[in-house]
Amino acid sequence: MTNPPVILTRDLTKSYGAATAVRALNLSVQKNRITAFLGQNGAGKSTTIKMLLGMVRPTCGDADVLGKRISNAKENCELRRRVAHVAENEPLYSYMTVEQTIAFASSFYPDWQPDHAGKLLSQYRLLPRQKVKTLSKGMRTKLALLLAFARRPDLLILDEPSEGLDPVGIEDLLQTLVAKAADGASIFFSSHQIAEVERIADQVCILHHGCLLMNASLDQLRQSYRRINLSFASAPAQQDLRITGVEKIRTEGRRISIFASQNADAVIARARDLNAVSVDVAPVALREIFLETVREN
Amino acid sequence: MGLFFKLNPTTGQPLYLQLMQQIRHAAETGALRDGDQLPGIRTLAEELVVSPNTIVKAYSELQHEGLLDLRHGSGAFVCVKRRTRSMADDVQFARRRLRDLLDDLRDNGLTDEEIKRAFEAELLYPAPSTQLTRKR
Repeated sequence: MTNPPVILTRDLTKSYGAATAVRALNLSVQKNRITAFLGQNGAGKSTTIKMLLGMVRPTCGDADVLGKRISNAKENCELRRRVAHVAENEPLYSYMTVEQTIAFASSFYPDWQPDHAGKLLSQYRLLPRQKVKTLSKGMRTKLALLLAFARRPDLLILDEPSEGLDPVGIEDLLQTLVAKAADGASIFFSSHQIAEVERIADQVCILHHGCLLMNASLDQLRQSYRRINLSFASAPAQQDLRITGVEKIRTEGRRISIFASQNADAVIARARDLNAVSVDVAPVALREIFLETVREN
Repeated sequence: MGLFFKLNPTTGQPLYLQLMQQIRHAAETGALRDGDQLPGIRTLAEELVVSPNTIVKAYSELQHEGLLDLRHGSGAFVCVKRRTRSMADDVQFARRRLRDLLDDLRDNGLTDEEIKRAFEAELLYPAPSTQLTRKR
């Protein structure tokens, strides 16, 4: 845990006219971990990623990626050699063929692995002679992924890497991400595929209206979040159950449902003091945590 | 080997703990024997499609417990001591008792789903729920 973060933002902000896409974001992404970046459409994920990659200039604030400042042109150039990425609408030249695109991209990167590129080409069933403009959305995504995965980067930054992929493609992608992590790459990726995120991520960040609502380890979320359903002979007032960790309470007749981010034991003890006739405790899946967290705000 | 382990991301338990339990269980029941080699971190992470950190944490905790011997560069090896071998008998015995209990509960009219939920609640929150779920 003594490793410096691979991404560290300081009040990173981007406004487009009156609209603020990312507001004073202070995000820290740890080394050697798979970190997922969740948020609704328009939450500011892509803007954040584009700022980190130097594709969009921040309105104010700054960030370090692999210890290099994104606002410094020279450092930005250095960091891009060590970061592989897939951005939203990855700019691929539509008049090139798949193999021309690969040859073109590979010339930029000293860490390019031709063998690995060849393996991915056949695994992804990409046709070398096919023109980029005739590729389907999913195949375009695969080509963009190939360009990122054929390198040996210290950090992978991926914006919606599963966009347009079929279930087999998604499984391949997850496996590749895991293998890259095993090779020592840190991974930061945005996704709407919460069930997939839940399988491979070590850490989860939730962005909402340009603000960071959560940055927590998935292990910790698994252990601490609980849904507690209680039945009473006559339901007590909700405030009697509002203790630390209780995020939401819903009463329906004599039943009370509690969404707790921590402290489930204490909630249960309190419910017992209030003479609950039944207590049902269930773990909470990441999808529900995400929805509850985002809706609350 | 990965096929013998099944991690469930939504049970409310960290994946590394699930993996530890399954490896322990395999050693206790004799499915894994002394000297058996476990897959490397990368291989198992790819097979289970989980973060390599999950495997690293499970392996190193099990090494701490003395159930695994991690040899640098050559992998993870099971070391089953005599105590664990006798555990195998205990586990067999426990399973027989569980089977009897399940028969009883089914005779009482509980569905398997209800039994499973009661079991999980009991394992997660033993003290309070024992008193509270006894409605009838």
